[in-house]
Amino acid sequence: MGQITLQGVQKSFGPVHIIKGADLDIADGSFVVFVGPSGCGKTTLLRLIAGLEDVTGGAILIDGRNVVNVPPARRGLSMVFQSYALYPHMSVRGNIAFGLKMAGVAKDEINRKVEAAAATLNLTPYLDRKPRELSGGQRQRVAIGRAIVREPKAFLFDEPLSNLDAALRVQMRLEVTRLQKQLGTTAIYVTHDQVEAMTMADKIVVLNGGKIEQYGSPLELYEKPSNLFVAGFIGSPKMNFITGEPAKRQGAATIGVRPEHLKVERDGQGGWHGTVAVAEHLGSDTFLYVDAGPQGMLTARYVGELGLSPGDRVSLVPEQARIHRFDDSGKAIRA
Amino acid sequence: MATQQTQLLARTLLTPAVALLFIWMIVPLALTIYFATLHYNLLDPGSESFVGLENFRYFLTDPAFLASLQNTLVLVGSVLAITILLGVPLALLLDQQVVGLSIVRLMVIAPFFVMPTVSALVWKNLLMHPVSGLFAWIAHLFGLPAIDWFNDAPLFSVILIISWQWLPFATLILLTALQSLDEEQKEAAEMDGASALSAFIYITLPHLARPITVVILIETIFLLTVFAEIFVTTGGGPGLQTTNIAFLIYSQALIQYDVGSASAGGLVAVVLANIVAFFLVRIVGRNLEA
Repeated sequence: MGQITLQGVQKSFGPVHIIKGADLDIADGSFVVFVGPSGCGKTTLLRLIAGLEDVTGGAILIDGRNVVNVPPARRGLSMVFQSYALYPHMSVRGNIAFGLKMAGVAKDEINRKVEAAAATLNLTPYLDRKPRELSGGQRQRVAIGRAIVREPKAFLFDEPLSNLDAALRVQMRLEVTRLQKQLGTTAIYVTHDQVEAMTMADKIVVLNGGKIEQYGSPLELYEKPSNLFVAGFIGSPKMNFITGEPAKRQGAATIGVRPEHLKVERDGQGGWHGTVAVAEHLGSDTFLYVDAGPQGMLTARYVGELGLSPGDRVSLVPEQARIHRFDDSGKAIRA
Repeated sequence: MATQQTQLLARTLLTPAVALLFIWMIVPLALTIYFATLHYNLLDPGSESFVGLENFRYFLTDPAFLASLQNTLVLVGSVLAITILLGVPLALLLDQQVVGLSIVRLMVIAPFFVMPTVSALVWKNLLMHPVSGLFAWIAHLFGLPAIDWFNDAPLFSVILIISWQWLPFATLILLTALQSLDEEQKEAAEMDGASALSAFIYITLPHLARPITVVILIETIFLLTVFAEIFVTTGGGPGLQTTNIAFLIYSQALIQYDVGSASAGGLVAVVLANIVAFFLVRIVGRNLEA
């Protein structure tokens, strides 16, 4: 079991409020990603759950028990650190076994569990190596092995993939997700990378300035962002925001259209007109940065190749049903 | 240093410095070797004559040699043990966040800046003096007889003084090492359920292996040649109880005025230092490999 509930959790360092009251329900077995820009408090929130920081206010319940005053080791959680934090003088075996050894588990059982964990992570040939003799991806797997071997109630991941190169990151992303589904253990994963968040999560928590902006499934966040911040943060390239006259006509202070929901036409009729400022040709897609006069700079995504170059006139037609409307305070207006 | 030109330039520019260092080393060494083969007494000038290895035989068969060799090893070993065994907990304490820590740190480091002669004098006359010393006064407070340190436990007294001088060095090196210990590693150990003691044994102590090696190597180099503290406090006595190799050579040269024998002793000391260095590097030097 690994059901985690946050009730009004607050954290301040002196006069600085890092977490301004977080309420959250994390279901057993789910993969929850905390995402947000740097300094939004996502890592602090994770460390509060882990017990590496003390809460200033509120309660953290793990399986219904308030663990605010329970030391980290007895919360039944295990953590994968950004730097991996492997013990450099211990072999891979020693690293993975350390937690069990500290818990006083019998030698035979430690060996059995370590070998099972190593097999799961394809680490068996490296068990007797030192961390410095491993590649980045292997170290990452050792750190994960150290987490799974203790059979925790939940895994906590603190930006674990940020030190890997792009290709390896995609591969480890898949491995972590697959492993989590296979074990069925609750996981909380912190990242600033919204692609990681969208691809890995069952549910995403978007944090900004110490507050939870929205909590929902990736598609919910994509399709129904509850405010301007979430709308701008989720999706790549970023959603276009238009204020002023066009927004007022829709009965909103701001309207948002995602680049993929703008229909690009050469010299077309209707919609917004503009000149292509920059065109990024990826082959599969073309990203167009269009100077659309009163609407400002708009980003449009065209699937395939349109053969446009800077200076060309285009028209952009938004899909009416996919226009997001926001009021003065930035909150989404639901029809 | 990729091209031949830069290599040539580097060699040309290095040559004067290397040559100077070489001359600095080779002239005294050559002269020492030369004097070691002479009968050369300052009280009997003009009587110098070649005696081959006679000076070495005389120095090595002198009963004072074995005694001073033993004293040297006991002194080095004891000071190393005391500075490391006290330096580790002291460094751990200084690594904590406490109010006024910068002042405490400064005070802990202070003994290292005091001249050996001065600190030896302070210890001898203000602390350990059997009549007017602080220790005697404290003993008196408890109704105990004062200890005449330099008579009753001369070598131990010298070890105490030298340890006091070198403890800050060990503490400082170990403290900087502690500060470079990855915070996330400590947290990982905490998550793994390690108690403070287990975290110290399994995480901190292995991390300190390398700085401890550095402390051992550097302190050994300096402790083999301790002289001022002995000269000022006991003068090598009573008897030979605090005479180490360095002091023995001094007494050969400037008490008995026997330059030949002192030179032979100097060369023996060089060989001994190299033997010690060889074993040290064999035993602890592998910690320095990355």
